[in-house]
Parts: sequence; structure tokens; C-alpha cells
Amino acid sequence: MSKSRRLLVLAVAVLLLGGLAAALVLRSASRGEKPQAGSPAVAAGTVTLTRPGSLAFLNGGQGPHRGALASVPADAPESERTASELTCQRFHAAAGTGVCLRSTPGALAQDNKALIVDSELRTLRSFPLAGTPSRARVSPSGRFAAWTVFVSGESYGAAFFSTRTAIVDTRTWKLEANLEEFAIDMDGRQHRAQDVNFWGVTFSKDDDTFYATVSTGGETHLVKGSISGRSVKTLAKNVECPSLSPDETRIAYKKRVRAGASLWREHVMDLGTLREHALAEKRSVDDQAAWLDDRTLAYGLPTDGAADSTDLWTVPADGSGTPRLLAPGASSPARLG
Amino acid sequence: MYLADRSAPASGGAKTAPDRGPVRAPAVASTVLALGTVSMITDISSEMVTAVLPLYLIAGLGLSPLGFGALDGVYNGVSALVQLTGGHLADRVRNHKLIAGIGYGLSAACKPLLLLAHSLGPISVILTLERTGKGLRTAPRDALISLSTPPELQGRAFGVHRAMDTTGALLGPLAAFLILSLTVDGYDAVFGVSACVAALGVVVLMLFVPSGGRTAQAPPQAKATATDAATTAADATATDATAVPDAGRPAPVRLRDALGLLRLPRLRNLAVCAVLLGLTTVSDAFVYLLLQRRTGIGDQWFPLLPLGTAAVFLLLAVPAGALADRIGRRTVFLTGHALLLAGYGLLLWAPDWPALPFLVLALHGMFYAATDGVLPAAVAATVPGELRATGMALVGTGQALARFGCSLAFGGAWTLWGTGPALAGAAAGLLCCAAVAGFVLRPSAPQDTRTTAPNPKPVRPPR
Repeated sequence: MSKSRRLLVLAVAVLLLGGLAAALVLRSASRGEKPQAGSPAVAAGTVTLTRPGSLAFLNGGQGPHRGALASVPADAPESERTASELTCQRFHAAAGTGVCLRSTPGALAQDNKALIVDSELRTLRSFPLAGTPSRARVSPSGRFAAWTVFVSGESYGAAFFSTRTAIVDTRTWKLEANLEEFAIDMDGRQHRAQDVNFWGVTFSKDDDTFYATVSTGGETHLVKGSISGRSVKTLAKNVECPSLSPDETRIAYKKRVRAGASLWREHVMDLGTLREHALAEKRSVDDQAAWLDDRTLAYGLPTDGAADSTDLWTVPADGSGTPRLLAPGASSPARLG
Repeated sequence: MYLADRSAPASGGAKTAPDRGPVRAPAVASTVLALGTVSMITDISSEMVTAVLPLYLIAGLGLSPLGFGALDGVYNGVSALVQLTGGHLADRVRNHKLIAGIGYGLSAACKPLLLLAHSLGPISVILTLERTGKGLRTAPRDALISLSTPPELQGRAFGVHRAMDTTGALLGPLAAFLILSLTVDGYDAVFGVSACVAALGVVVLMLFVPSGGRTAQAPPQAKATATDAATTAADATATDATAVPDAGRPAPVRLRDALGLLRLPRLRNLAVCAVLLGLTTVSDAFVYLLLQRRTGIGDQWFPLLPLGTAAVFLLLAVPAGALADRIGRRTVFLTGHALLLAGYGLLLWAPDWPALPFLVLALHGMFYAATDGVLPAAVAATVPGELRATGMALVGTGQALARFGCSLAFGGAWTLWGTGPALAGAAAGLLCCAAVAGFVLRPSAPQDTRTTAPNPKPVRPPR
């Protein structure tokens, strides 16, 4: 092929591929302007974190308000969603305090922040994050907020994985930036190791006790911790992303069902007896479930047939019943009020 | 094809190329520029995906840290072993471009597939295939670079290629973040555009890169090198493979020829050194984590640390390669590791200077500039043309597996002893391995071939 012929072919390829790329970007950009058929109805409005009887989540439906914090009446989750201006990747709220983990594209790298918001969604504080938002929780009293980020130092090819979990006191703004500095009591012995990773904090009402996942030596442990004592103690193995029930008698969590496989089933453990039972959900749940009340759990699952979207499902906490779709195109559920 | 002719190494003699007057060594062979462009475009494509993948998987699909961790570290083994296969296949079919093209094509085909996968299993499969493509293409591509460049300019050629490659790696995230800011949750747009960019890379490869590996066209000098090496090895197998008749068709390359390569003392020495040094090279992620722990850099700066290393690498890759051609690749290669050692030293013992993060990142980038392209340049000087890709793959695979082993060992040491002692251990190991490398590489320093060859032979131009 002569040089000019090759340049011609190149020019045609650039035009075709460039056109296709531009079309993809434009399609993806215009998607934000109009709602798509089949997406849940959403309208802009005011979301307050203290409105009783409502359910908050991040709206994942295609169209405007994608990624926005939205609320619906808890007894009519299919009704029109009220969307706020606040957009997050992860969200949780309790008693008028919200934590919003946000990742925005920056000039050179993504810019990750944790925002603590009040009941009117005004930002009270913002904390820079070292990595990609993963888990967020607020204590039942609204005083403490916790978040987990995934820290990656390079491309996905590295034999390496690290998280960072922080707890902030929204009254004093004292920040525990890295729970790995807490003392770990593992089966009665002080455990010191550098491969410790914390994630998935859940708080008790007493504003001191919390539960979390600790991974070390290739195993995940459920730990019970004290914020004031800056320490944690292991309770059980193979427990990830715990969630404390409102009556504080049980922990819901995901349990790896086969060693080595990325397959998890949602379980509930009685904290008094440490006995566990599986829930009716048979699909692999990779989320930190949220209690809607003492009998019901909500969690996200990837939308069937669509990438980059999750639906919220509920299942009874006692292992009976069947999973039920709570809200399509939604994530990060939190019961308000 | 005249491109192929022009890309043949300019030999010492006054050979004339059909389309030009007397061959004068060009600054950089057009093949190298074409391959550099392909790598740059491909790296834009793959780094676009890499930049948004954690957010897509963790925030978008809700994977837990352990779920995402399961994705990590799976591919190194795959990629390293595939590299060996790719290198050998390229030599076997004597069409480096074909194998490299298949590798680039496979990676490109995986990008749109990411749009369809929405759980960990399929995503793992797609990413593994993507890595397989990367593994396949690496060795034939490096062989093409070395075969298109005169021996005395190998370092610079690889420097140019690596600098272009890194430019792509820096542009990729920029493109991805630009698309994300223009769209609403536009991961699909990022993956789609990435696929288009990757396809463009394949087009450029097909149009502007000659197939290379046409050992029939190997210049007299390359053959002399091969024969020297084979005689040195006193190895009948290697002689078989390298005794290229002057008539067009070379003998077919067989698997045992590839294994016979390890009997070439100079290649074996390089491979041993690459493995030893790889075993003590702490993975980048650990370096950045250590740097943050040591200096308390704010969390918001953490994602920028790899960019610091890349920027220094980009600036210095070409000068370092050219320097290696002038003063010797061994010297530059070992200096690179000395700079890395200095970086470890700073992390371990330096006081809390405000400049510390910059110094460490600069040293880290200089280490890559002085080694990443210089090693293949040195390998090129030891392997006969018809086994070039295999030789590149042998050293590359050894290094990759060693670095993977180092990651595991360093993780273990970190767990047992803590950060400081683990890094001190790595530094001590690096010092020992560098000393061994300095000794092992000494008699066969690339710029002085006479010391290795027991038989008298013509002196080659200095490199």
C-alpha cells in the first residue's frame, strides 16, 4: 500500500472511530436531560433527613437526577421520588445527620470527598478521601459517621488491596482517620499486623460501640469496638459488612459461601448466642445491608441485564419469605425519621 | 516493502536502502515511532478503563473491598506466562506484527464487553482476557523495536517508545475524567470510547508497522551476533537456529531453540539479574503507601503520587536510553537500581523534609527511566534476531514473576515485621542483588563484547 493510501485509510478510520466515540459521549450526556421510558418517576424537590416515615436512597434511574439523594414514603416506595440537589456515590443518614461519599472527576485524578450534611442537606464539613468510596454509615443518634474507601496505588494488576476506614465525631469534629490504629484483641491476644484492613462500620445507639469487618491473614472477622477505648475485639469469622438491627440484638452480614469464590449470602447472627441463619435471598449479595425495621433488611443487587445499575430488594430478617423488589434503579437505602 | 527495508538495522557497512541514499542512522526508526504511537494510543485506551474501574465496580456496582480485592493480583501470573507464549509464537510464525496485532486486537475487543458484564465473575474473565492481550503483544512489540534499530541506538529507541507509552498512560485518565464530567455516570461512554481508541491503535499498527521478524532480511551484522552467541554457548541447538542461510528462508524456530536461548551466557546473566532485582523491587502501590505513612501527605494527594513517578519517567526515558547507548547499558541499569535504593533509604531514614515526597517520587521515576527501556535494549544485544521476541519474553516473564513474588513476600514481611523492617529488608536485598548483578554483568557488559567471546572476531562499533 502506498503511503498516501495508508494515510487515507487512517483518516477514514479516525473519522469513523472518532464519530462513533463522539456519538457515545453525546448519547451518554443527553441521557441526563430526559427521563427514559420505564425509569421510575422522579421530581426535583426538598429532601429533609428528619421527615418521619420516609425512605432515602440514591436514585439510579436513567435521566435527570441520576445519582441524586431521593426520598419516598416508606410505605409507598413505588411512588414518585423526590430528588435533592445532593449527588453521592454512597449515602447514609440517621437522626438528621447524613454522610455523602462523593467522587468527582478532577483535573488529573478523581477527587474523593466525604461530606457531612445536616438535615437540610447543607454541608457541615468535608473530608478528603484517599480512594474510591465504598461504605458509609451514621450512628443511630446522628453523632458519629463512618466511611470506608478503597485505596489503590496503581492499576488493577497489582497483588495488593487496601482500605481505609474513618470515624468522625460530628459534635467535636474529632476524626479517627484510620481505624487500623485501634488495638485489636483477637481471640484474647493482642493482634499486630500490617495487613489489617477495616471496612463496613455499623454503630450502636450508645455512641461508643460499633461493629465492623476486619480482614487479616486472609480471613474476615466480625469485630466489636469502642470508639473511646480505641480498640476492637474479634467475635466471629467469615463475617463481612455487618449491620446492627435497630433493637441491637442481631447483626446482618454477608458470608462467603465457598472459600476462594466471590460469592456471598446474606445471613443474620444473634449477638446473644452467636447463632446464625441464612436469609431467603439466594443470590450473591455484595452490599452492606440496611435494616428498614426490626424485621426487614434492604440491600442492593445488580440490575438484571443492565451494567452500572443496582436495584434495592428487601427480605425478612428471620429467614422466612422471599426477596421483594423495593425500588428499581436505587442504592444506599436509609430509613429516615 | 520499503518500510521493512528501512527498518532493518543500519549495518556498519555502506549498505544502501532502495528508497534512500547511503544509510545513515536516523534519529529514531520510523517503525519505533509507529510502535510508540500504537502504544500511546493503546495506553490511553487501557488507562481510561483503569482510572474509572474502581469507581465503577465499588461505587457503581457496590462491590465490597474484598470483592474488589479478589480482582486484584489475579492477572500477573496470566500476563507473565502469556508473554512467553506470545514471544515464542512471534518467532515461530516469523511474524511479530501478526502476534502483536492479535494481542492489541484482543485487548481492544475486551473493552466493549465491559459494558455487558455486571458482576464480578464476567468482569474478572474480561479483564483476564484483556491482560492476555497485553501479555501476547509485549514481547513481539519489543522485538520489532529492537529489530528496526541499529545496535548502537537500541537504548534511545526503547526510551522513545517508553516515553510515548507513558504519555498515553498519563492522557488516559484525563480523557476518562473529561468524559465522566461531560456525561452523567458515563462509564458506558468511557468503555465505548476506550474501545474506539483501542481500535484506532490496531489500525495504526496494521498500516504503519512492518511485520518484522523477517529473519531472512537480518543484516549481516545481526547474523554475526547470533553466530557469536551460539559459538559462545557451544550449543548445537542454538547454532541450528542461528545458522541462517543467506538464501531467503531461515530454518523454522522450534521450542527447544527457545529453551536453548538460556544457554547463551549473556542472556542467561541478564535474565538472572532481572529476576534477582525484580525480587527486591517493591511494587509501586507499596511505595506510595509507605510514602504516605512516612510523610503524612494529605489523602487528597494520594491518587496523584503515581502521576509524579510517571511524569519523571516520561521526561527522562529518552535521555536515559541515549545515555545508556553512550556509556553502557549496564552502568545506567545499575545506576537506576542505585537510585531506587536511594529512594528506599530516604523513605527509611530521611528526616521530615517538606521535599521528601518529591525526592522519593523523582528517584522512583528515574529508576524506571534508567531500567524499563534499558533492559530490553540490553537483551536485544544478546539475542539473535530470529529468536528476539522469545528472548525478550524470557527476561520479561522472569522479571514479572519475580516482581509478583516480591509483592507477596513484601506483603508477608510487612505483616510480620511492620513497614520499616520490611522496607529495610527489601533495601538490603536490593543492595545484595545489585552487587551480584554488577558482578555477573561485568564480564559481558553490552558495550564490550570481546570479553565474553572466547573466539577472536571482528570488533563491533561501540554502543
